[in-house]
Amino acid sequence: MGTGLNRRQILQGVAGGVAIAGTGALNGGVPPAWAAGKVEGLSPAVPAGLQEAAILEALPGKKPLIKLSYRPPNYETPINYFNSVYTPNDAFFVRYHLANIPAVDASKWRLKVGGEAAATPFELTLEKLKSDFPAVEISAVCQCSGNRRGLFAPHVPGVQWGYGAMGNAKWKGARLKDILEKAGIAKDAVEIVLDGADGPVLDKTPDFVKSLPLWKALDENALVAYEMNGEPLPEANGFPARIVIPGWTATYWLKHITSIEARKTPFDGFWIKTAYRVPLGKFPTVQHFTSQETATNTPITEIVVNSMFTNVADGQKVSAAGPVAVQGIAWDGGYGIQSVDVSTDGGKSWQTATLGEDSGRFSFRPFSFSFTPGKAGPIVLMARASNKIGQSQTAELIANPGGYHHNVMHRVSISAA
Amino acid sequence: MNAKLLAAIAICGMTAPVWAEEQPITLKPGPGKEVVENNCASCHSLDYIQMNSPFMNGKVWETEVNKMIKAYGAPIDEADAKKIMEYLTATYGG
Repeated sequence: MGTGLNRRQILQGVAGGVAIAGTGALNGGVPPAWAAGKVEGLSPAVPAGLQEAAILEALPGKKPLIKLSYRPPNYETPINYFNSVYTPNDAFFVRYHLANIPAVDASKWRLKVGGEAAATPFELTLEKLKSDFPAVEISAVCQCSGNRRGLFAPHVPGVQWGYGAMGNAKWKGARLKDILEKAGIAKDAVEIVLDGADGPVLDKTPDFVKSLPLWKALDENALVAYEMNGEPLPEANGFPARIVIPGWTATYWLKHITSIEARKTPFDGFWIKTAYRVPLGKFPTVQHFTSQETATNTPITEIVVNSMFTNVADGQKVSAAGPVAVQGIAWDGGYGIQSVDVSTDGGKSWQTATLGEDSGRFSFRPFSFSFTPGKAGPIVLMARASNKIGQSQTAELIANPGGYHHNVMHRVSISAA
Repeated sequence: MNAKLLAAIAICGMTAPVWAEEQPITLKPGPGKEVVENNCASCHSLDYIQMNSPFMNGKVWETEVNKMIKAYGAPIDEADAKKIMEYLTATYGG
């Protein structure tokens, strides 16, 4: 259990809100409401209690983000930052389950690698992590399983995230596979257990510990990352090193990683056995965590295909004479984005958007679409992404008690004058 | 600062109370408000309650309070748990 917590630091950063920058105007129209500084960009679909309580606040070293809770700290990225393919480190969302968060001293930090199914356990310093294994850099979306939980109708309990419990970054680090191979993993190992330096306030609260199926931990894209967008990880995003599992939701991306253990039996910790579960067979995911599956539910795994507009908000006014240039991003669990369709009539008809630069199959993929309204009146924009294995976004919410996997097509109501 | 909160801090070996630096969350008035503040704020800030309102009915608040006790090990006695559920349902319920 840590002491000293940078809760102190976290709380020192709560100086007044700062106006967030607006995005490029669509066609010289009125800027979206959220450019004004208050948290007005919150979707009207999030709970009323959150709309009253949310504020823009800066953690140390961070830009003002949308504060959902102080302790444990949960801060989401305002939508305008998603106009860039890569989410800036200082605007990257922050998510903790438990409030005992030590300030990690990089010179004293150690990563223990071992467990009952490891023949040759060892310990790494940060220098050894960087020098003993080939460095790999991968662009990947880190998305909270509960991103958009706040938009669920009916609402479900939990952190009421809007659209910004996610970010895309270039993650650089050692392959988890290379580290595990050095530890001599036994043939009958089934899961890899991951623990970080952050923990509970009370001893009786289950520590945030997760496991991965061995095959996923051995995926060549799984990393122990020590750099994010060319810089050391921000403290609130896992300094000095975190797990990166491209394609899978962020619940497996343990921050401040201190322990990696190979097991011969399924891990039974609360955060894998009880939390982060989805009903069996309800979502079209390909990869399953079978050693943890029950007759009714299964651990969440892959990110479902998704997209959103990033430069247009509800209530915005545009010129009927056009052109109106909308842009956004699409992403999925690593199969790659095949296409994004945009509707300007609430889903009655669809046209193909232009895809932007491909930064890899785990990354955000930008899209853009330009149109001329032609006449005054309301316009309902919708976006629908499809991936390379034929999966597409859902029109209706797939209800589940945890509030996970929200990939209902993004819908924005604007008007032309 | 109250006895339970101090006890929680002592359990964790934290050096100095840092709660004061957190912007205070003012819950709506109502019977049981102090019981909620005394019990819940030792592990999480009270904005969790605001954020999860007003859509939770009495049954859902009861489930959440029980989860805090059974799954997260919150040391809340039965009498307090009842007062917490009643306050949350009456003040932050849907």
